[in-house]
Amino acid sequence: MLAFVLRRLFQAILVMLVVALVSFSLFRFVGDPISVMVGQEATQEDRERMRQELGLDQPFPVQFAAYVGRIVQGEFGISYRVGRPVIDLILERLPATLELAFCAAIFALVFGVGFGVFTALRRARFSSKAIMTFSLIGVSLPTFLIGIGLIYLFSVELKWLPSFGRGQVTDLGFWTTGFLTLSGLKSMVLPAITLGLFQMTLIMRLVRSEMLEVLRTDYIKFARARGLSDRAVHFGHALKNTLIPVITIMGIKLGSLVAFAIITETVFQWPGVGFLFIASVQSVDIPLMATYLLLVALFFVTINLIVDMLYFIVDPRLKSGVALARH
Amino acid sequence: MTETSEALLEVRDLVVEFPTRRGILRAVDQISFSLMPGEVLGLVGESGAGKSLTGTALIGLLEPPGRIASGTVRLKGQQINGLPPEELRKIRGRRIGMVFQDPLTSLNPLYRVGEQLIETIRTHLPLSEAEARQRAVDLLMEVGIPAAERRLDSYPHEFSGGMRQRVVIALALAAEPELVIADEPTTALDVSVQAQIIAVLKRLCREKNTAVILITHDMGVIAETADRVAVMYAGRIVEIGPVRDVIKSPRHPYTKGLMGSIPDPEAEAERLIQIPGSMPRLTHIPKGCAFNPRCGFANDQCRTERPPVRAVGKGSVACFLDEAQLTALSLEARR
Ligand SMILES: Nc1ncnc2c1ncn2[C@@H]1O[C@H](COP(=O)(O)OP(=O)(O)O)[C@@H](O)[C@H]1O
Ligand code: SF4
Ligand SMILES: [Mg+2]
Repeated sequence: MLAFVLRRLFQAILVMLVVALVSFSLFRFVGDPISVMVGQEATQEDRERMRQELGLDQPFPVQFAAYVGRIVQGEFGISYRVGRPVIDLILERLPATLELAFCAAIFALVFGVGFGVFTALRRARFSSKAIMTFSLIGVSLPTFLIGIGLIYLFSVELKWLPSFGRGQVTDLGFWTTGFLTLSGLKSMVLPAITLGLFQMTLIMRLVRSEMLEVLRTDYIKFARARGLSDRAVHFGHALKNTLIPVITIMGIKLGSLVAFAIITETVFQWPGVGFLFIASVQSVDIPLMATYLLLVALFFVTINLIVDMLYFIVDPRLKSGVALARH
Repeated sequence: MTETSEALLEVRDLVVEFPTRRGILRAVDQISFSLMPGEVLGLVGESGAGKSLTGTALIGLLEPPGRIASGTVRLKGQQINGLPPEELRKIRGRRIGMVFQDPLTSLNPLYRVGEQLIETIRTHLPLSEAEARQRAVDLLMEVGIPAAERRLDSYPHEFSGGMRQRVVIALALAAEPELVIADEPTTALDVSVQAQIIAVLKRLCREKNTAVILITHDMGVIAETADRVAVMYAGRIVEIGPVRDVIKSPRHPYTKGLMGSIPDPEAEAERLIQIPGSMPRLTHIPKGCAFNPRCGFANDQCRTERPPVRAVGKGSVACFLDEAQLTALSLEARR
């Protein structure tokens, strides 16, 4: 177990270093940081002196090491556009994005697994076929179209739900939440569905096909032969086996919600980091872009790590080092 | 009909069909047999003869589109095919247990062996968790698993193949069913443990007076274990009778060929089936007697009409040859 954790941790650190390299390269290769920082009237000497002070004359590996060192200490630089520490800007916006991604993830998980199981168990039903057809639309339509469609239906036509913003939020000091007010909750519905729909359909199709496979296995047949009730067979024996291989993929999918949030946040003018990122791209705010990149990567890596651990805990075969055979 | 009331299981003209795009396939074709309480019936035949489907049909677990198209299955006189699913479920595991071929895949890999046993026991018997646990320990001991109490908390992958099949047998016998259907219970196992598994099954069923339908293509196992044997060919039972008669003096031409496949301890090499050709696929079952293309005695009648099942000696045979000819065959086999 410990060796497994250490190996995974090592891999995670490696991934983060690669991402750090990419984000560091942004500074080097997208425009000259010195000309961004100094005014127009600075002399060539001023520039050289500044270059030395910032260590920009050092060889690449040394500069990169220094960059990683700063990141580890939590120094991500100052936003070119706003002139405040990037990390502050991002932390202000993070709760909005995390709450959105969380709700989208819950939506995707609950409905994805629910529909997946339903359509697998009631394969011949009309409603199953309807759900499957409908899910094709979910997979093929671009996110922004779904968002606009939902806004049109529920905000413009029915006037049930707000079409933009977070509604009224409550400031808890370290966190601003939309969960404590009705308008906050109502504002969450459409963006969360928009963001989660794609993942929901993916999870649903995954769960369905995995479940159908599991239902064909010998141990399910044997469970039936033992006279267990349908409920025990389906939800005790089949579902657990279905979810194990699905966990990994679901984890990755849900991790990507934070990255996908960019589009949804733009459509719904959601004040999250994705929205902030778009603004920073427009003004070539390199420190912010680089930090956003790191943040999203950190998210992926952390979720992957958690998923691997979960896998380990859920499947007894892994603990004893037996290779995970399919059946 | 006194026999009907005595018999534990009574199968009459059972037909299992699969509707397919190219027509209906008959995998089991009008088979009839009965089983007394505590009796061991061997069901033999080549792969694809319909043995497994017969077993799954009896416990109502045919996978759609497969279905029982006609015929009856009676358990102690009560017709059980066509019962509502919930009624059938209560019979499965409680009155008819099942052991499948591959112990490696029969157990759910994610649940401890004890959990699976206790779940099965409590599904059928009104026992508390603690009582069921005790019963699970007893069952594991009965099937010969050492340190049963501790092994209850092991996962299936922590057992060897032979030990897993013992667990499967324990599960099948958990509620003391009246009948166990064992579908090639040793085929997937190492040769060295096959005999032990059969011995365990045999001993427990004798102790509890459980009847057994033992499906296998191993005539050696049948010879040692079964009271009677039914021989299947292309979905039909061609011969059924006391095991000694069928093995020592097979009457049906197919059985006679099949008996050539019993390993003879005296002979150095195993003798193989001497029948030319192979069993037809379901899509190409010949008219008349399904065996006629491979039979050395086939006549015109065999190619057009289906032979009726006739009582011969203590058993019955589906063949047009008359009793004298069949007896001559059996005598020839004895040499
Ligand atoms: N789901 C199915 N659809 C069509 N044919 C099937 C199906 N399952 C089994 N069969 C056919 O039924 C026949 C009998 O199968 P089975 O009972 O498994 O034979 P065995 O005697 O080897 O146990 C085989 O020819 C097989 O191809
Ligand atoms: S009925 Fe005819 S073809 Fe069939 S086994 Fe008897 S003799 Fe051979
Ligand atoms: Mg079989």
